[in-house]
Amino acid sequence: MAKYLLKRIFYLLLTLFIVITVTFFLMKLLPGTPLQNQQKLSPSEQHLILKQYGLTKPIWQQYLTYVGGVLHGNFGTSFQFSDQPVSYLISSRIGPSLLLGTQAMILGVVPGILVGALGAIKKNTWVDTTTTIVSILGISIPSFVLAVLLQYFIGLKLHLLPIADWGGFAYTVLPTIALAASPFADTARFTRTEMVDVLNSDYIELARAKGLSKWGVIYHHALRNSLIPVVTIIGPLAVNIMTGSMVIENIFSIPGIGEQFVKSILTNDYPTIMAVTIVYSVMLMVVLLITDIVYGIIDPRIRISGKSN
Amino acid sequence: MADEVKLPADSFEPLDKSKHLDSEKIAAPNLTFMQDAWRRLKKNKSAIIAMIILVIFFVLAFGSAFISPHNPNAVNPQLANLPPKWPGVNINGVNGTLVQAGSRVNAYQAAGAGAGVHYWLGTDYLGRDMLSRILFGTRISLTVAVVATAVDLLIGVSFGLFSGWKGGWIDNFMQRVIEIIMSIPTLVVVVLLILILKPGMTSITLAIAFSSWTTMARLIRAQTMELKGQEYVLAAQTLGESSIKIAFKHLLPNLSSIIIIQTMFTIPSAIFFEAFLSFVGIGISAPQASLGTLLNDGQKNFQFLPYQMWYPAIVLSVIMIAFNIFADGLRDAFDPQTKE
Repeated sequence: MAKYLLKRIFYLLLTLFIVITVTFFLMKLLPGTPLQNQQKLSPSEQHLILKQYGLTKPIWQQYLTYVGGVLHGNFGTSFQFSDQPVSYLISSRIGPSLLLGTQAMILGVVPGILVGALGAIKKNTWVDTTTTIVSILGISIPSFVLAVLLQYFIGLKLHLLPIADWGGFAYTVLPTIALAASPFADTARFTRTEMVDVLNSDYIELARAKGLSKWGVIYHHALRNSLIPVVTIIGPLAVNIMTGSMVIENIFSIPGIGEQFVKSILTNDYPTIMAVTIVYSVMLMVVLLITDIVYGIIDPRIRISGKSN
Repeated sequence: MADEVKLPADSFEPLDKSKHLDSEKIAAPNLTFMQDAWRRLKKNKSAIIAMIILVIFFVLAFGSAFISPHNPNAVNPQLANLPPKWPGVNINGVNGTLVQAGSRVNAYQAAGAGAGVHYWLGTDYLGRDMLSRILFGTRISLTVAVVATAVDLLIGVSFGLFSGWKGGWIDNFMQRVIEIIMSIPTLVVVVLLILILKPGMTSITLAIAFSSWTTMARLIRAQTMELKGQEYVLAAQTLGESSIKIAFKHLLPNLSSIIIIQTMFTIPSAIFFEAFLSFVGIGISAPQASLGTLLNDGQKNFQFLPYQMWYPAIVLSVIMIAFNIFADGLRDAFDPQTKE
């Protein structure tokens, strides 16, 4: 396990290094400077501003400075907001994003598992059909379409919840639902397939033959075993939520990093784009690492095969 | 046998030999792989309905290049923001009236449009015909998705085949590359590529293709590894067949069901990505339209003119649902074993 973990962390750092390097050089290829009103500035003024951003040094020096900065949590200065360090921009905005992401993950996965399991238990009945239809809709309808529908009906027509902005818990409800729909559908589908497999297996037959109650079999034997593979889709779901958050935060005017990312792209704020890219990648890699470790812990078969390798 | 059964010879009748030449012949006609899949697909009603809906959308979207009611890019400021009006139908919502400041007004009269002027799905903020724009947008969305999927297929299949066939350190290295690419969020890759290639149809297509081939490559590689050990591949190798020829003659046909299924799941996700990026504002740029940009335009004033958002939203959702149901049906048809 320790060896495996070390190997994984090594790959994580390697990937991170590649991400930093690639984004850095890609950003250097792009036109665009932190200069505003470029025509009005004299060359010496321009030089002064560029120097302040460290853009007068040769590229390899800029790269080393950047990597060194990132290791210390310093992502440079934003082009869009003058004198605003990117790290401050991100740390002040990551809270709402994490809150929404976590809420959406819980709201997606827990009901998803229950609905998926129910679909499998009641296979080929109207319950199964309904859950299948709901999950097809959840997978198909894009989160931003759902978000706008929620805004229109629940916010605008029924006045039940705020349409947009960021305040207390009430403000998080609609964006959370919009973000959770697709993870919910994914989890429900995945759990259903797994559960159908498990319910057909021999040990379930044995448990039934022993005379266990129907729900006893389902809870003690079927559900637990079907949940193991569900852990593996947590990573893809996290990606799903991260992607969704970009547009959902925009629609609901939530001051999160997704909204900042879009703004930075539209205003060519390269230091912020790079920083958000790195933050997103780190978050995804950490989620993937954690799910792999958890998977190894809860499924002894994985550990054994890992050792024999 | 206690009782001996005695059968007289004349109770048997010799059969005409010429009619039954081959007693080993199986009665049903041999089905090719595709025919077999089609037979199973036909039984799946929802998949067939989804397929018909998709065909209709494709025909309308691509046919609209020739028979579109209006020019999708023709600006007509006098007739801006008109609600839908169907000739001869007088139901609120499709009779050209709008609720303004609490009362219903005839928007067409207010705009000074002639009696014969009617827009089936209304007009947008520049007076462009919504129906034409939706058809035009659907065409671009579908084109981007299909081309992106084709490029994705090309990269994914060749990468997977090569990696699985070669094995050893090459395979190991290629798998590490995939792992690294996979641990970078797709969105980030797409955004970076679009920034570099400048927003537009080509860049968005390439960006989607380059960021989504990894799943295909992994599936193909796993299957290739399995096929590599089969006797017929060994036989082909023994007979001196070149690797390329084995790949095309023996491996690809056996991989085709995986490729088809995976492709059908990639297309809707490409449609989603295109709509997503266009909605955010870094996808298709004006005056071109896609379902994402139409939604974005509609969302800006959906409080007052909700119809501008409903129609693109409905079209996008229906296409996505149809693709997903059809893909599910195809998976069941091509791979009956995975079906519970």
